[in-house]
Amino acid sequence: MELRRFTQPSATKPTHTTVSNSEIAKWNILDRPLTRSREELYLSTFSFLFAEAVQYLQTRVQQVSELEEKLNQLGYRVGQRALELLCFREKLNRREIRLVSILGFIRVQLWKFLFKKSADYLKKVTDREDEYYIEEEEPLVNRYISVPKDFGQLNCAAFMAGIIRGALDSAGFTASVSAHYIHREEKSRLAFTVTIFMIRLDESVMNRERKLAG
Amino acid sequence: MLLSLFVVNKAGGLIYQQNFSDTAAKLSSNDYLRLASTFHSIQAISRQLSPAHSRFGFGIERIETDTFVLQAFQSQTGVKFVATASPETKNLKNFLRRVYDLYADYVLKNPFYELDMPIRCELWEVMLQLAVEEHQRSNS
Repeated sequence: MELRRFTQPSATKPTHTTVSNSEIAKWNILDRPLTRSREELYLSTFSFLFAEAVQYLQTRVQQVSELEEKLNQLGYRVGQRALELLCFREKLNRREIRLVSILGFIRVQLWKFLFKKSADYLKKVTDREDEYYIEEEEPLVNRYISVPKDFGQLNCAAFMAGIIRGALDSAGFTASVSAHYIHREEKSRLAFTVTIFMIRLDESVMNRERKLAG
Repeated sequence: MLLSLFVVNKAGGLIYQQNFSDTAAKLSSNDYLRLASTFHSIQAISRQLSPAHSRFGFGIERIETDTFVLQAFQSQTGVKFVATASPETKNLKNFLRRVYDLYADYVLKNPFYELDMPIRCELWEVMLQLAVEEHQRSNS
């Protein structure tokens, strides 16, 4: 009978009648219909919140690698929820079961939902079956962040790596995801830095994948 | 032509200084610090001298001399942006607004920056350089 507690609010506030946006805004966040169209947030609001989160985490760790790990964990929770919501909204409760399609789903749908654009590239690591990477030229979370030299290779997009890991994990693809800076040099442009999200899948996932393929 | 930029925190401490031209006066870093805090105090005094009391004014906004002009801008939180430039330079006020924008974005939203401490942010430097170049172009 636990279920009734969750279904009741929608019974008292029928969602099929037309309601104005201002009316919806007054509702408790849990009372709002899940199918509602996307909401947008000011980048400044997010940046300040994220900066505060990073500062807070900094006081609770000893090493840079720990900070990265904490950011990753923070993102994990976002990823879990984002996948759930997206599957509900866009895929009528269906979920991808094949590796390539879930990665594509993350690159396009999840990225668009969170950042309003799809990720720049999704690539497979040559001669590694279980490694993929998503490339992003300018991750949104890093827009205003300059990492000091004494923090070494810290990339605050570890938070986004956590989101990917959370989404993959909830979909049944256990993986480890990490964010790295890569320096690129191209003839047409000056040297520039991109962020890549390295996705290393678990052995069990690869075994299942082989069975599905065969 | 822009000569140099000073950013002074609300206590009068210099948190950023940069010269944009070879003709800018070169002083030792201690002298820059002294200059910044002196200017901070003079501005506070000039505010006291104002005949009409205003909550919004912040004292000296512009100093003009034969050889250069100095333009100051103070944010609501008390951070001062001061630029020196050659006398014929236009749009200095706008330039300082732009610098304030950059400060709010690339310094304050950076989790590794501590409030009121010297500014050492890579992106701020890059964006500031772009703003300076843009300003020089609009002036020439």
